[in-house]
Amino acid sequence: METQEVKTKKEVIEKKPLEKVCIICAKGSLEDVYATLVMANGAVMEGIETNVFFTFFGLDGITKKQMNHLHTATTGNPAMRIPGGLPFPTMLGGLPGVETAVSGMMRKQMEELDMPPVDEFLEMITAGGGKIYACKLAVDMFKLEKQDLSDEVEDIITIGEFYELCDGDRTQIIFT
Amino acid sequence: MIKTFGEAQVEVKVSEDGYLEDMSQWNEEIAHEIASEIGIELTDKHFEVINYLREKAAAKEALTIRKVGKSGIVNIKELYKLFPKGPLKFSSKIAGIPKPTSCI
Repeated sequence: METQEVKTKKEVIEKKPLEKVCIICAKGSLEDVYATLVMANGAVMEGIETNVFFTFFGLDGITKKQMNHLHTATTGNPAMRIPGGLPFPTMLGGLPGVETAVSGMMRKQMEELDMPPVDEFLEMITAGGGKIYACKLAVDMFKLEKQDLSDEVEDIITIGEFYELCDGDRTQIIFT
Repeated sequence: MIKTFGEAQVEVKVSEDGYLEDMSQWNEEIAHEIASEIGIELTDKHFEVINYLREKAAAKEALTIRKVGKSGIVNIKELYKLFPKGPLKFSSKIAGIPKPTSCI
């Protein structure tokens, strides 16, 4: 019986399931913010402790005024295609209103897949115990205040404080 | 894989990670047994969620925690309270439906 117990313990050690993820979002485009949100929500759903740190332009993802109106870049994005699969001409992407229209279309397609708007996505993450943080340096730089940020934001912290939250040997830091 | 449940030792087909392969083989006794393996004690509220999941699974609708949160039975926070650390995974397993394939 005792040997069996030891064996099971060893198996657990070898498998080393992830216990914590700390995700850093430094970019404010629709796809960058959603990549962060999907990974964070997915981790919470798997029972993994989750901390998300929004910094620099990523702050748009948690700024009340911006978060539900994020754009995807229609210029300088070689993967951008028009429906049907043909390449999206860069010149066209630069015309006024095109980026807004394309971003709106993307949001609509995401909604069809049951991907929520950013504010609701943040609520889903915190409902499961995930924590959302804003970078102090970036908040100061963009002259933002706590009240400008989503109510789901736990705190405005320094990168040093964020690293303190990343302790543990089954922790991964992901930079999106 | 075959797993036996309950005093009657009913044989049920399950996937490698313990999800029932045929949701019609499910009954409440099986639900209680899977739940206690996970460490959850089922209440009436759990069964409301489970029945909702089974209904949607029978209709071949893809499930997300967002959808469950809008079902009118529980919100997402309550769903996490009922099925800690696996709101969709554990609830699906207990409900005897396939492993969720959604990322949300």
